[in-house]
Amino acid sequence: MMFIPEPLRLLAFVVGIIAFIALNAAYLVWLERKVAGHIQRRIGPKEVGPFGLLQPLADGLKLMSKQLLVPKGVDPYLFKVAPLLVLVPAVMSFVTIPFSENLVARNIDIGLLVIFAFASVNVMGLLLGGWGSANKYAVISAARCVSQNVAYEIPMLITVITMIMVTHTMNLNEIVMQQDGSLLNWYIFRLSASPLMPVAFLIFFTCSLAETNRAPFDLGEAESELIAGYHTEYSGMGFGVFFMGEYANIIIGCSLATILFLGGWQCPLGLYPGWWWFLAKVYLLIFCVMWIRWTYPRTTLWGLLNLSWKYLIPISLVNLLLTGAMIKLWPLLKTFLMGAS
Amino acid sequence: MISLFTAEGLAGLFFLFIVAVTISGGLIAINSIRLPRAISGLALCFVGLAGLYYYLNSPFVAVMEMLIYVGAVCVTIVFAIMLADPGDEERIGHQSAISAPVSFGVGALLFWGMAILGVNTMWPVAAAKINDGSVKAIGHSLLTTYSMVFELISVVLLLAIIGSLVLARAGRDKS
Repeated sequence: MMFIPEPLRLLAFVVGIIAFIALNAAYLVWLERKVAGHIQRRIGPKEVGPFGLLQPLADGLKLMSKQLLVPKGVDPYLFKVAPLLVLVPAVMSFVTIPFSENLVARNIDIGLLVIFAFASVNVMGLLLGGWGSANKYAVISAARCVSQNVAYEIPMLITVITMIMVTHTMNLNEIVMQQDGSLLNWYIFRLSASPLMPVAFLIFFTCSLAETNRAPFDLGEAESELIAGYHTEYSGMGFGVFFMGEYANIIIGCSLATILFLGGWQCPLGLYPGWWWFLAKVYLLIFCVMWIRWTYPRTTLWGLLNLSWKYLIPISLVNLLLTGAMIKLWPLLKTFLMGAS
Repeated sequence: MISLFTAEGLAGLFFLFIVAVTISGGLIAINSIRLPRAISGLALCFVGLAGLYYYLNSPFVAVMEMLIYVGAVCVTIVFAIMLADPGDEERIGHQSAISAPVSFGVGALLFWGMAILGVNTMWPVAAAKINDGSVKAIGHSLLTTYSMVFELISVVLLLAIIGSLVLARAGRDKS
């Protein structure tokens, strides 16, 4: 294997990650518009290029050539920093995500924690953006985003703790390695670890929808009442960077769900594991995210908070207890069954 | 003179960069009149501190610093201020002539004491590798040596939660 100095390797990875995020943000917007179109019995973008494939390029050019307006009365520094605070942590989170066994920028022991640490900065960006705009709609939106994020971080973290109890590690690559073999070894089907594993996956997925402010939990940018939410005052690429950050966060949420529950870069049949399986699973989940967005109407704030505090948190706590019990009981049960046969 | 393009040189540059980030964050936090900027400075200072922890080979503490201080404490402070909305007011209260020298003296004294403590203490040698499973060691000591402290801290947190519930409940009528 060719030897590459570590700083250069990291630099190459970060450049690659930024390119990956930008390309994905552009083409996920295209995909979102296509999916929305077909769900609503339209065609979606079709004018620019074949199947509208050049539409993201045109959109990007338009966004970049627009003037960056800084409205009167805003805090100019915070106003400009806020979009970066949404995008940069997302880039940092990608550093520990394993695309395949060797395709990972930094394989560290606490990879899972790193992602949650950087994801928590995202809220700060939304808050400062909403507040720095000196716009009442933006402030309301920021307040909603934070209460939502805080409410949904709890069941998400409880589910993740449950997963760490099962995996015994926070190293994302090792978690994927533990799921090799076939479909039945994926943690979503590992009923011997906890009978509620598929439910845990659902909780995790729901929470990642809420954490990324996606429909049906997109109260932060409810167009009907808040114009566009926290990015109401942003024009041109300021808005574009917020958007890129949102899509990057969706990819991170889906990647984590893939790594923790769906076997990461492992093949369902145990053949030829690699990054293509990882990407296939991630894009399947992203398609589900879009599908959900264009199927369900937006919830109310009450419904949103009730779902978290009255359903998700108790269920994830029960799952935590059950998993703890299974860790102690399963070896005993297994020896008992072995002895009987 | 260490060359810039060696491991030590780059590490030194990285160290200076984090120190600069931490100090400038702190300066922004204490010198800005607008509260949101002060909090952003505080957040920057915390990020710098996390970088220092990472530099000292304790990635777990660094990540926890980010997760707890930037992600939770700063967001809570911003949220609290946003609800109170103090506006863009000028500095409240007047400074007396001796306040600056006195605070500078206290700061210098604290720094001197810390420096003496840091230089004279026999620190245990840090683990050499990043992937040495320091999480495991921290977990063990939290649940054995420091279990009492750990429990007490959780009691404090519980009290805070109950207190905030009581406060929130007080302003609500039965309609």
